[in-house]
Amino acid sequence: MHEMSLCEGVLQLLEAHAEQEGFRRVKVVRLEIGALAGVEPEAMRFGFEVVMKGTLADGARLEIIELPGRAWCLCCGESVEIGQRFDPCPKCGGFPLQITGGEELRVKELEVE
Amino acid sequence: MMCTVCGCGEGVHHYGLGPAHAHAPGLSQARMVRIEQDILAKNDEYAAANRRRLAERGILALNLVSSPGSGKTTLLTRTLTDLAGRWPMAVIEGDQQTSQDAERIRATGVKAVQINTGKGCHLDAHMVGHALERLEPEAGSLLFIENVGNLVCPAGFDLGEAHKVVILSVTEGEDKPLKYPDMFHAADLMILNKTDLLPHLQFDVERCIGYARRVNPRLEVLRLSATTGEGMEAWYQWLNASRRLAAPGA
Repeated sequence: MHEMSLCEGVLQLLEAHAEQEGFRRVKVVRLEIGALAGVEPEAMRFGFEVVMKGTLADGARLEIIELPGRAWCLCCGESVEIGQRFDPCPKCGGFPLQITGGEELRVKELEVE
Repeated sequence: MMCTVCGCGEGVHHYGLGPAHAHAPGLSQARMVRIEQDILAKNDEYAAANRRRLAERGILALNLVSSPGSGKTTLLTRTLTDLAGRWPMAVIEGDQQTSQDAERIRATGVKAVQINTGKGCHLDAHMVGHALERLEPEAGSLLFIENVGNLVCPAGFDLGEAHKVVILSVTEGEDKPLKYPDMFHAADLMILNKTDLLPHLQFDVERCIGYARRVNPRLEVLRLSATTGEGMEAWYQWLNASRRLAAPGA
């Protein structure tokens, strides 16, 4: 359950930005999570609610933008979409693929007041 | 009950918390803040600081990761015993509850610090930074960081190590690299441990290595038995080569 500590990481970011930008409450948190980031969105939601309790983001809505895994296939010479790290190229069935996207684990933006 | 004016979730209707208590519908005080920051940014900062500190002192740090029961502690204690006197060594031991592993390691005479992660499933760079302060490994040391037995969570947390070393025993499934691809992808070296048991098992070594390289084409692989000692010499050569690269000016 490292989603819990990731949520603590989110909270640290929120607190740091609250000080810099002078907001007191966070109403919406938008995260970008890639398909290859090794994070379960459902576990993230659970952790989020627990970790944010009693903080500036108590009751905040969590929106998760799921980004697809992307890779570059050397054989086909093009970018393809993959669901898991070890997936073969969906076009030619070849390995290995160079991962180019889907490892994101990012706080994109907030709605605050 | 939601506030009907602004939908803020307060139970009663209110007039806003702004300076002039002006809170007209449609003129919400809510605003957007763009962040675009990695959730692991804080951990990565601590990891970078650890890495700098280790590099300055020419310390080679290895992050040992595996499932529970892979023989990680046995491999480590044998390594510490065999290499005693050859190089200075130190251990950071991550364990959920007990200090048994740390005691096994201290019994070899090597300096060890334990991080009790409690319910935590992995070490993070912040914990390791504090452990380094307590441990103060001498310059040129080999530092083993024994992570919590878990092939999932430690994959995402950079500790500032030079390499992640993943230990897989042949008593586990040969498809583990496909089940836990993130960890095998993050590792530089895979150690296949307990090879002395192969005659009694159905484990297909080549298939396992094939799966691992599918996830990580540049993964190095060593086969050994920490119990019989078979294959340990290749591991020590790998350590020696990596240690030379970690030396200042290398």
